[in-house]
This record gives sequence, C-alpha cells and structure tokens, in this order.
Amino acid sequence: MKKIITLDINHEHYEVAVEPNQTLLDTLRYQLGLTGTKKGCEVGDCGACTVIMDGVTVNSCLVLAMQAEGRQITTIEGLETKEGMHPLQTAFVEKGAIQCGFCTSGMILSARVLLDKNPEPTEEGIRRGIAGNLCRCTGYQKIVEAVQSAADGMKEGHQ
Amino acid sequence: MSQYDVIGTRAPRVDAPAKATGRAIFVDDMSMPGMLYGALLQSPYAHALIRGIDVSAALKLPGVKAVVTHKEAGLVKYGVSPARYDETIFCYDKVRQVGDNIAAVAAVDMATAVEAASLIKVDYEELPAVFTIEEALADGAPLVHDDYKRNISAEVHQEFGDVEAALKECDLIKTTSLKSKRQDCAFIEPQGCIATYDLSGNLTLYSSTQTTHYVQRSLAMALGAPVGKVRVVKPYVGGGFGSKASASHLEMAACLLAMQTGKPVKMIFDREQVFLHGRARHQFVHTMTTGVKKDGTIMALKHEAWLNGGAYSSFGIATVYYAGSLLGGPYKLPNMKYDGYRIATNLPACGAQRGHGGVIARSCWEQQLDMIAEELGMDPLELRLKNIMTAGDVTCNDLDMSSLGMKECIEVVRDASDWKNKKGKLPQGKGIGMACGFFVSGAGFPIYRSETFHCTVTIKVTEDGGTAIVSTASAEIGQGSDTTFAMIAAEGMGIPLGMVRIESGDTDFGVDLGAYSSRQTLMTGQATKQAAENVKMQVLDALSKELHVPVEDMDIKKGYIVFKKDKPDLSALKTRYIKEHREWTDNPSLDDELSFREASRIAFFTKGTIVGTGMYKPPELGGKFKGAAVGTSPAYGCSAQIAEVSVDEQTGRITIEKMTDAHDCGQAINRTSVEAQMHGSMAMGLGEALFEEVKFDDKGRLLNGDLAEYKMPTALDMPPMEALIVESHEPNGPYGAKEVGEGNIMPTIAAVLNAVHDAIGVRIHELPLNPERVYLAIKEYREKNAKQ
Repeated sequence: MKKIITLDINHEHYEVAVEPNQTLLDTLRYQLGLTGTKKGCEVGDCGACTVIMDGVTVNSCLVLAMQAEGRQITTIEGLETKEGMHPLQTAFVEKGAIQCGFCTSGMILSARVLLDKNPEPTEEGIRRGIAGNLCRCTGYQKIVEAVQSAADGMKEGHQ
Repeated sequence: MSQYDVIGTRAPRVDAPAKATGRAIFVDDMSMPGMLYGALLQSPYAHALIRGIDVSAALKLPGVKAVVTHKEAGLVKYGVSPARYDETIFCYDKVRQVGDNIAAVAAVDMATAVEAASLIKVDYEELPAVFTIEEALADGAPLVHDDYKRNISAEVHQEFGDVEAALKECDLIKTTSLKSKRQDCAFIEPQGCIATYDLSGNLTLYSSTQTTHYVQRSLAMALGAPVGKVRVVKPYVGGGFGSKASASHLEMAACLLAMQTGKPVKMIFDREQVFLHGRARHQFVHTMTTGVKKDGTIMALKHEAWLNGGAYSSFGIATVYYAGSLLGGPYKLPNMKYDGYRIATNLPACGAQRGHGGVIARSCWEQQLDMIAEELGMDPLELRLKNIMTAGDVTCNDLDMSSLGMKECIEVVRDASDWKNKKGKLPQGKGIGMACGFFVSGAGFPIYRSETFHCTVTIKVTEDGGTAIVSTASAEIGQGSDTTFAMIAAEGMGIPLGMVRIESGDTDFGVDLGAYSSRQTLMTGQATKQAAENVKMQVLDALSKELHVPVEDMDIKKGYIVFKKDKPDLSALKTRYIKEHREWTDNPSLDDELSFREASRIAFFTKGTIVGTGMYKPPELGGKFKGAAVGTSPAYGCSAQIAEVSVDEQTGRITIEKMTDAHDCGQAINRTSVEAQMHGSMAMGLGEALFEEVKFDDKGRLLNGDLAEYKMPTALDMPPMEALIVESHEPNGPYGAKEVGEGNIMPTIAAVLNAVHDAIGVRIHELPLNPERVYLAIKEYREKNAKQ
C-alpha cells in the first residue's frame, strides 16, 4: 500500500507515493529521475549509491524512502551551484580521478562529508573517508590526490 | 618541446564533467515508454538433466507479458570462439552450472517478473558433478559436455627449439609451481541492457558491453536475424575488464523478449549474477622448469598449465593459448615447450580478465627467475637485464618486439625505488621485490576468422567547420578511449581538442572489435589518425584550388592554416566569408590568419559535407604453427614493477608499503590516462595477490557472490603508487603509441611474491597471500628449518 511522503532533496521538496519497502535509492533513481546515484549491489557493500542524509553519508540502498522523510538529502545533482561545479567535482575532473565514473558520485559525496568534518585531512584520513566506496578502475590514487587538491583549494578559498 | 600540440598532454577527459556531476547515462539510468522488465530463471543445480519445463503458472500471473524457454529461443549453438560454440540461449537437455539459464520472463515490473520466474516448474534429475580439475580428470568422471573427452575443453602442445637438448647444457635447472584462485572482474556496474524491436524488424540493444560488434554478430547468429537489422549501442559503461567482452545470456534473453512482446525490455544482473555469469579469470595451476647457465643466461623453459574453465568455453581457447605464448618475452628465450589444458567443470564458466591468460603464468615464472637468481648469487634485477630483449628482437614463438623499452623500464624502477640500497638490506619483516611483463597491443586476429577491418572511423565536419564529429564503434568503458581518440583526431586535423566531439560505441558508426586485448589505442587510434588526416587533406585540397597554393605548401596547426612558403592574399576570401555569414554570431576576425573553421567552410562550398574515413587491420603477423594467432600483435607494451612490503610474522598479514611501476606505452597520448591505467592494473593485481578468491560450496554454489565477502582492495588497502611513463616509439602505432591497459598487471603478483620472500625468507606457491596462508607458510618454513 503506497503512502505519500515529502522528501527534501537538494533543497527541493518532492511529493512521492512510495511502498513501505521501497528504498531511497530506487525512489531517487526510478521515481525522481536522479540517476546520478548509482546502483552497484543493493546490499550496502559497494557505496555507489552513497548520498548525504542530515550531514552524514548513507548507502541509499539501505535506507527506506519512508525513513528519509523529514531528512535533508543531498545527491550528486545537488553539488553544483550557479557558479558551476563543486571544487571536489572540478578536482576529480582535473586530476584524472574519474575512469568509468560509476563510483564517482558516491565517492565525491563521501569526500564532501569528509571535508565538511575535517577540512585539512591527512592522506590516511582521506583513505578512511572513502573506504566505504569501492572503485575497481583507479586504485584510488588519483581520487586521493583529487580530494587533497580540493581540500587545499577550498582552504585557500576561505582565506 | 613536443612536436605535438594535443597528444602527450594531460588534457582532462572529455567524459569527466558528465561523470563528476551525475549526468553520464549508464544503461540502468535509461527507460523507455512501455518498457517491460525481464528476469531469468536459473538452475539451482550444478549438473542436472532437464526432464520438463512447465511455464503455465508463470503465464497466468497478471502483469506477465511473455515467457521464453529453448522452445522460443531455438537451439543455435553460439559462444566466443567458433571452434567451441557450446552454448544455447537457454538450456534444453541439461544444466551444467548453478545459474545456468532455463527461461526468461517479461512483465510490467521487476517484482512481477521475478515472481513469475519463480512459478516456472522445472523437473530436474540431478547428476554427479565435477568442480575441481582433479575431479574432472578422474577415471569415470561425469562429462560436462559429451564431446569434451576427459572434460578437456581445449589443449595446446607447442615446442619452439629443443627444450630437452637445451636443458642438458644448463648449469642450473629449477622446477616450481604456482596455483591461483578464480578471480572476478568486480566492476561496480552490473551488466544490464534494454532491447527494443520495431515493426520493420530492427532490433536495437542498449547494453553495458565492451564489444558492440561481437554482441551484434552473436545476437544475429543466435536469434537468426540479419546483421544489418541488429544494432548494438553502448551507453557509458561502469568498467568491464574482460567480463563484458562477449554476448551474454542476459542480452540474448532481453532481445528475445523484446521480439516476442514488441516492447522495450530491460534486464539487469544483480550482483550474484555478475559472479555467476561474469566469466572472469580462470583458476590456473602452472608448473615450470627453467634451465640457465652459470652466468644467468636463460636457455629453456618447459611449462605445463591446467586451467579450471567451468561449464562453457567462452574465451577459454584463447586463454589457454595466451597462458603459454605470453612467456616468449621479454627475455631472450631460445627454447620453450608448452602443454596447456583447459578443463571443463560444473562451476560457472570462466573467460577473459585483464592480462588475459598470462597473469598467473607470468607470476609463476617471475617468482622462479627470482629463485634462480638467488641460487646463482645474482641480483634478480641484473638477471633480468642480462636476458632482456630490445626493440627488433623476435621471440622463439614469433612475437615481434617492434619497440620494447623493457630495459629502460627496469632501470627506471630500480633508480626510483632505490633498489640497490634496499634489496637484501631491509630489516626482517620488510622486503622488496621486482618483476617484469609485457602484453599485446591488440589481438592480431579477430575472434572469428575474417578479412574484416578491425575498425573503421568516420570524422564529419559540421557545415560551419566549428566541430569535427568523430564516430567510432569503439568502446569507452572507463579506460579513457573516447579522450584518446578525440586527442588523436585533433592532432591529426591540426585543431584544438575543444573543436572535437566524439560519439562512440554504436554499431551504426562502423566496425570496431571493441575494448579487449588492449587493442583500441593502437588500432582504433590508427583508424582515427587516418580519418583525421583525410579530413585535413580534403580541407587543404579545397583551399589549394581557391588560393592557388599547392597542398604540400600548407598545413593546419592549432586550428589555423599554416602557409609554409609565401602567404597568399586572403582578403578576398575573408571578405567573401563575412558577407556569406552575416547572421552568424561567431565569425572570425578579419585578421591575417585563416582558421580551420573558415577553411573547412570554404571546402564545404565545393565538396559538401567533409567526411574523412579511416580504417585499420594489422599487417600479416606471426608464425605458421597451430595457435600462432594467439599472442601476435602489431606491438607490445611492457612494464617493470617493484613492490615494497612488510609482513607481520605473528599474523601473516601483508601490507604493501609502496609500488613503483614503469611502463613503456610508446608515445603517451594522454599522460594522466596512462598513469590511471597503470594504477588500475596494479590495484587489480594486488587484489589477486592478497585477497581475491571466488569460493563455492560442495554443490557448486557461490559462497561469496557479493562485494563484502569477495575481498577486493579498498582505499585503505592500496599503497601509494608511483607510475613512471617510459616512451619508446612504436612504428606500428598511431604517433608511436601502444598499449597501457594490461601490460601493467603482468608483473604485480610476482613483485609481491618476491618482496614477501625478501621480507621473511619464505616462498609461497599458492594465491591469494591472505594472512592464513602466509601464517601457515611461515610456520611450515620454521618447522622445516628447526629440523635441519
């Protein structure tokens, strides 16, 4: 039996009718067309479906849509501003941190939460911050470099 | 100062902004009006006869639009290698592995499709099954396929030179083995597809594939459709690594359901199905005997390999050939004997994975060479340098090293890692090891026998000359090929990268054999370069007639016409251009430079749309012996690697401290992408060395068909990696370029094995080097030493 709920995603409100067992992931992807959030395993192992919920990263395949009501959700589509890409997105592009791109959305959102909490992470800190996001293409090296570069750039931007 | 304007730079990838912002469309991001969802019914048994299939209950379920079995699909045999077509779309007489496909359902939503599949009743009669090489070869063992006697699905017997005679002349003869475990490609995007079928009989498949061309051919053959009516389109693909290089049952079933219903049908593998149908790395068991002279000269290699192939042949013939042929270099080896056997079992079928066939063979031999160096009292790096091939050398099995910076790679990693001050000098528990490897830059022959071009490329210039559209059926699967070809096209036409748009991965764009055997940079690159130069010539030809300047006195660089001699008066042409295009908002200024944009507009006036074409197939390659085709390539990339490790002797846990890798990719087209490929190869190699193993229970069912229990490297497992590019000039490559995608995975495992030995003195001959295996090896080593 579907129920109508309101979701706050990227600072916009969406009214959606969802089944009780429907995941946030499927709601984002198949109901709202926010396909930047990827589906890699559906059991919380790969991190491709990572979104930010109330400031922390969650695997959206492990969150029911109904559990997300009243929470602030940020997906990859919510990172750009009128000025363009988020510094993390720019760094991922410039540093060659993207290959197939399937892990990229989740990876960038994990890095975003990491930098929100710790604007000056060590390399070890960055690796911990993205440890829940599997990538098979890059060996993570250029991703770590991109996050470091974005952190450096954002720090300068604040000064 | 580079002679090139675009290639050799670090241009950001053309697809990166779309991927960074979530805009890039992968197949599961697509949907179509009226789209149905498909599900497969798969065998729970590893080996069983099919007595009957009853689909009536499934058909009655509301929302079900079609159910298909072998009755609808037919019994056309297909597969990868024509010599081993041993699959049908659906099983009809028996199932040979858990997950074997019995039927498929299309329904209005996925839940209904899955429920309907569960309502299909199959009457199975379970048969005894074989899971290991030993079981499959045992007397009286059940046969997986009746026509593979003793369950041998393919075997190779080759000898080059005279191994036995050469061994008699050797001062040291060493025999060792290495046993690996089945690996999974474990890309993050599961395979998926959407099939559509229109009223004119056109079948279009959107699929997460590496090889649109082979999928098109297989679909046409298995479904009985004309090739010209089958189109395969590849949206962005979330990694392939080999598993997406052949047509899958999923694609076949989706097409069949679309043809039955006239509606688009979407089918996506779940993660367990990726493991069941991924057809990734075989399990290999190698035994090698190498003979050397006192001074370290390698004289002969005798090699036997056993591969656990699973239920179907897939790429397996090529795999078992590669396992032998890729030891022909990069060391001078005058005598080589190889006996390889691929064994059919009732496990899920294996196929190709990064470093196809050669990775474990290379690991076994490079570990053995390390042991030989130790016994000879030589630095293992010097042993390799002593035997190294250089450009122009041809291996005993006729692989022509037309360029080979192997020596330079060894020297580069030696110096970058401070090898001389570390090897044998690190404290107990810390170690350093090295190894080398090489790989083809594209298979010399298509999978099926044919005179076909391996790729055709078209470049079309828009009417205003502002954009050159590169069309290729090649497959961008994450490796960066779209960017590579856009850069080659820009260089070839003499225009900035920003003026090039690339469209790829669609069989309507021409023929391209796709992303496998590290072929695209060299082959599709050659075709792209030719098409770009063809465009340039057409533009200059039109301009020559207009300005009365010979074509050879002009060139195009950075988007402008270069007049090598006297510059002609351009004012009339410029004025004419401006008059013609008053409404255009971006007209070039009336300065004294003539842009590519203006010139190609002038060319359009006389020639119509400027279309440049290019094509490539390799020259005649390789020897005349049986199986000579596997391993031949127009060029070979090579890599040397050094691993630095620490081993916790209390727990057996290995930590990789650092990897140093040098790779000869010929001319680097995009330096960032070259490094990225090097990193990715090392990550997959380290995963296979330390963690990865697909496991089954005693009924052939997956024990770890998920990304939690199948351990692949996370960011915390990966060490810092230094990627050092060595550039030779490959005469057969576009601008001298060759492969980088797979050569780098060849040395990784052996570099780790050798570093572990350097750290703790223990040789381990089975993978993966998980803590349990390493701990037990240390214990055994200590007990043995205590007795002595």
